[in-house]
Amino acid sequence: MTKKDKQKKQRVKYSELPAARAAYLRSVRRDKVKVLSLQIAVLILFLGLWQLLASTGVIDDFITSSPIRIIKTLGTLIKQDLLKHVGITLLECIVGFVVSSALGFFIAVGLWSSKTARRVLEPYIVTLNSLPKIALGPIIIVWMGAGMKAIVTMTVLICVIVTVISVLGGFLACDEGKLLLMRSMGATRTQTFFKLILPQSLPNLISVLKINVGLAWVGTIMGEYLVSSAGLGYLIIYGGQVFKLDLVMTSTVILCVLAALMYLGVALLERHVASKR
Amino acid sequence: MEILKFDDVNLTYQTPQGQTDALKDLSFSVSEGEFVALVGPSGCGKTTVLSLVSGLLFPTSGSVEVDGHRVTGPMSSVGYMLQKDNLFEWRSIFKNVMLGLEVQKKITPEMESYANGLLDKYGLKDFKKSFPPELSGGMRQRVALIRTLAFKPKLLLLDEPFSALDFQTRLSVCDDVYSIIKSEGKTALLVTHDISEAVSVADRIIVLSRRPASVKSIFEPKIDASTPFERRASPEFSHWFDTVWKEVSYDEKG
Repeated sequence: MTKKDKQKKQRVKYSELPAARAAYLRSVRRDKVKVLSLQIAVLILFLGLWQLLASTGVIDDFITSSPIRIIKTLGTLIKQDLLKHVGITLLECIVGFVVSSALGFFIAVGLWSSKTARRVLEPYIVTLNSLPKIALGPIIIVWMGAGMKAIVTMTVLICVIVTVISVLGGFLACDEGKLLLMRSMGATRTQTFFKLILPQSLPNLISVLKINVGLAWVGTIMGEYLVSSAGLGYLIIYGGQVFKLDLVMTSTVILCVLAALMYLGVALLERHVASKR
Repeated sequence: MEILKFDDVNLTYQTPQGQTDALKDLSFSVSEGEFVALVGPSGCGKTTVLSLVSGLLFPTSGSVEVDGHRVTGPMSSVGYMLQKDNLFEWRSIFKNVMLGLEVQKKITPEMESYANGLLDKYGLKDFKKSFPPELSGGMRQRVALIRTLAFKPKLLLLDEPFSALDFQTRLSVCDDVYSIIKSEGKTALLVTHDISEAVSVADRIIVLSRRPASVKSIFEPKIDASTPFERRASPEFSHWFDTVWKEVSYDEKG
């Protein structure tokens, strides 16, 4: 049954349901609507208050900017080169996200398959994990050059260690009884991995992706702060330096929206995976 | 015909803290079609015996033979059923049952229809496409047994397969499992700490001593009843229970 069929079926059923059931479903729906409208109300209230305080001069909108100024700035930016900046940042972030997730996953697989490697590398991984990756900034710039490569490298460095640790943790958390079962059936390591370890840690893999979305943005923006000539992080830094707070705020808002969209993408993937299980 | 043979088996575990003798001169055998129960004080190494049969552990000295072959690793003539059902939640019941065949690369139309037949025969016909969380504990344990039977092992190892179930379910699943094993004509070696369970299912009960475990005594309870449940109700049951219980607990005291 496809999703559409399911929805149709539910709608038909809704009117044919017994009164108590229909009342319950309606109350669930009301609850959902209530939460959503309150969420929107909070946003409107915040923006309204901000605008009001700025318009009445209570706060200095040269420093705080205001919703209207942000919209105006957005308008001018779109006419100029906003898309280029957004595109560059988005590209850096997505490349960093994909590379670090894939690399971290394969390293974790390697560490899972060799206990010796795991024991040997543990102190190094722990050290790298606690090291503030931004400290590597100068090294990265010298090695990778002052460009996109350096920014992607920064993103990968920030995400990859956490990925390795979380993915490996998920692999190793596998149920002992199930492992014993596989061994008693004479399963090879590869069979155990594909038939047991991987499907069992699928929910964990998705949550690692969710964490990585956030971290990839941290890495990208941090990288752009360090070294860049374009991108949202560049706009924010530039805006700060020349005291164009409108530019800073506008870029930040766009960043919020992009991060939320990317998170939503992973959440959709999660729902897709969950429905398949 | 002997399907399982332990011959002077010794096993010593090595750990950083020192070495432990787990089994000492352990010898016994199980004949085809028999249902044998291993009982003994807790921690005496009952599960170790099953690990040796299934090729997950190897003796320090002595030999373990299954169907005339020395055990050198897991083999498909031995099926191991564990305490928990260990069904994979992401696989349908049918796919769970096929796991052993998949791992051993033995999927053929014949084997598939054999597995299907087992599911049909033992009341799981309508649940083949269901997923484990949809089944009751007793049904799940039955699926676990069918998964073990699906690759046609000659010898079944049962490691306290009922201990994770509540008492009522345990009695009925015990009846189920017993009747399935008997009607499929399988040989079974059951490990349990529950003496009443051992008396209710076994043709022969082997009592192990404290660690290092060796065979202390062997009983052949003669109870005239056809199912474990009926055995429990029969008058001879308590006599056998007392006999075995004394033998096991005498050792536990000292």
